[in-house]
Amino acid sequence: MTHVLETAAHPRALRRVAIEPLTRVEGHGKVTILLDEQHRVHQARLHIVEFRGFEKFIQGRPYWEVPVLVQRLCGICPVSHHLAAGKAVDMLVGARQLTPSAEKLRRLLHKGQLLQSHALHFFHLASPDLLFGFEAEPERRNIIGVIGEHPELAVRGVKLRKFGQEVIRAVAGKRIHGTACVPGGMNKPLAAADRDALRGEVAQIVRWSQEAVRTCRDLLDASPHAPIFGVFPSNFLSLIRPDGALDFYDGGLRARSASGELIFDHVDYTHYNRFIHEEVKSWSYMKFPFIINLGDEDGWYRVGPLARLNNCDALDTVFAEHERQLFRQAANGGMQHATLAYHWARMIEMLHAAEGIERLLDDPEILGTDLVTRGERAFEGVGVIEAPRGTLFHHYRVDENDVVVRANLIVSTTNNNQAMNEAVRQVAASYLDGQQLTEGLLNHIEVAVRAFDPCLSCATHALGRMPLRVELVDADGVVVDRLVKGSDGRCTRDDAV
Amino acid sequence: MASKRKIATCSLAGCFGCHMSLLDIDERLLDLLELAEFDRSPINDIKEIKGMVDIGLVEGGLCNAETVRVLHHFRDHCRVLVSVGECALTGGIPSMRNHHSLKACLEESYIRGVGVENAHIPDDPELPLLLDKVYPLHEVVTVDYHVPGCPPSADALWHVLSALVAGRDPHLPPALLKYD
Ligand code: SF4
Repeated sequence: MTHVLETAAHPRALRRVAIEPLTRVEGHGKVTILLDEQHRVHQARLHIVEFRGFEKFIQGRPYWEVPVLVQRLCGICPVSHHLAAGKAVDMLVGARQLTPSAEKLRRLLHKGQLLQSHALHFFHLASPDLLFGFEAEPERRNIIGVIGEHPELAVRGVKLRKFGQEVIRAVAGKRIHGTACVPGGMNKPLAAADRDALRGEVAQIVRWSQEAVRTCRDLLDASPHAPIFGVFPSNFLSLIRPDGALDFYDGGLRARSASGELIFDHVDYTHYNRFIHEEVKSWSYMKFPFIINLGDEDGWYRVGPLARLNNCDALDTVFAEHERQLFRQAANGGMQHATLAYHWARMIEMLHAAEGIERLLDDPEILGTDLVTRGERAFEGVGVIEAPRGTLFHHYRVDENDVVVRANLIVSTTNNNQAMNEAVRQVAASYLDGQQLTEGLLNHIEVAVRAFDPCLSCATHALGRMPLRVELVDADGVVVDRLVKGSDGRCTRDDAV
Repeated sequence: MASKRKIATCSLAGCFGCHMSLLDIDERLLDLLELAEFDRSPINDIKEIKGMVDIGLVEGGLCNAETVRVLHHFRDHCRVLVSVGECALTGGIPSMRNHHSLKACLEESYIRGVGVENAHIPDDPELPLLLDKVYPLHEVVTVDYHVPGCPPSADALWHVLSALVAGRDPHLPPALLKYD
């Protein structure tokens, strides 16, 4: 297991390689690697280097502000935070069951978000690596290169994302940081004109999503890396519907082991704290969650598209379910453990979201105007959803003045923290160990992190490339070697060193 | 071919929503690429601006030593520097931490937090120094234009960029001048 590479026995005797910045969403990230004289890897870490303090500064704010406030954590998937906080706030006003129209509007909003986020990630970010190869020239290997060489694919990516964003705008008023959730429901009905406009386009979106699954699968089939790159066993966590189907918006928690056995199932997510704890490590601002009864060594898990498709028993839309079965068959019915399979799972989910949007737009209740409900007041609320990048937990406690006194968030990327570190170590051990630094090598590490679509690198990552500088520093802190990506995107060795 | 304008963008202590809004110009991105090219930006591999660029767009305020360094670098290498969005203009939501001490914020997350184990405040030298407070850009460097909004709409960003690319002084019409 590559886990041993987390901490070197004698770090001071080793040379340090830093890949920074990986850049942020929940903060800036970087990778550091410690090597000995023979370039053997002794330590590899993914650090999250920015800190916000949200859990503190939300205190003292009235609870109804929370859903609009917290979405400013992340501009890539603000809807996810808006919804998770919205569900927690529903509990505070005793609205455990929303009106049918309110719930459908929220589900529509959420699917718009999944569609736009998955499209952005695959087309704008990941496709250049898969289209041109991990070691292709950096000036080609980005979205502008895709626009130049595969314009139809690039434009399709732009349009798929645009449709998802338009679904969000129709429900929440704005594409980014709109307002939709209020305590116990939604703040406005969907306009018939918006519904009709989206309905006119959605069949095309479903077709393009089907093709995107195929494109992704073909690219992975053609990649020599796919079966071996960043393959490692892990547990998996996601929400699950009572019948075992995947549900992005609601359900119980299910965890499976690397071999597919259930660790727990249909757990009421309001009790998440009895199942999951988070470990602090001195070298990262991002905590490391783990399943309590497995312990911090073995209890870490993966979340997101790969985990969801490994975990669920079915998808409730026709085309996506067909693709899910192919996905599972490819792993002989077992768990898919390949890092690059994230992309395949992501495209299947995008198709699932598109089909789900079509179904909701056809449902007359989507135009309903009975949107708010209330029940018995409570002082603690937990909201959990499946965000594009994985399971997202929001937890708030308020006092009798309706003011937030406690908050705890476990964002999707945090849930993948240990898994991303494992991926970095695995790739460092198999591609970097004993080698001289090259640009293509660096990109392997980027590709591994990128497959998770982490929000830490939403910053660069969502739009494309993580800018990189790699330095070799000897034990006295002297830079002995430096690779930089120049203004042409080309990676060069800095001879000034 | 007339040489294209160069644009650099970065996200400091922001949520990346302003960059997403820039992407929301949708197909107009192709038009933009006819007139301008991107230097350092999340959409490519360029880590640091080399030489000078015409337009620098900065999202997010300042929260640690690294964000200050990047901002100075942008000021030194961008002919026109634009602060984009509420966080860059005022510090935005992240500056809500200014009502508390940094220590209290760190303790809440890493010591007092729900279900936290091995409780301690991360302190590895790999982590950049946090600032005592979150600051807007203009408190540290001279900023040429401010585009408000959280985020500014794609139309507002398009309006500003097309003016700057054409060498004009951008003026947002009231319909695009929004603060939400
Ligand atoms: S201004 Fe708003 S959209 Fe822009 S970075 Fe700040 S929170 Fe995000």
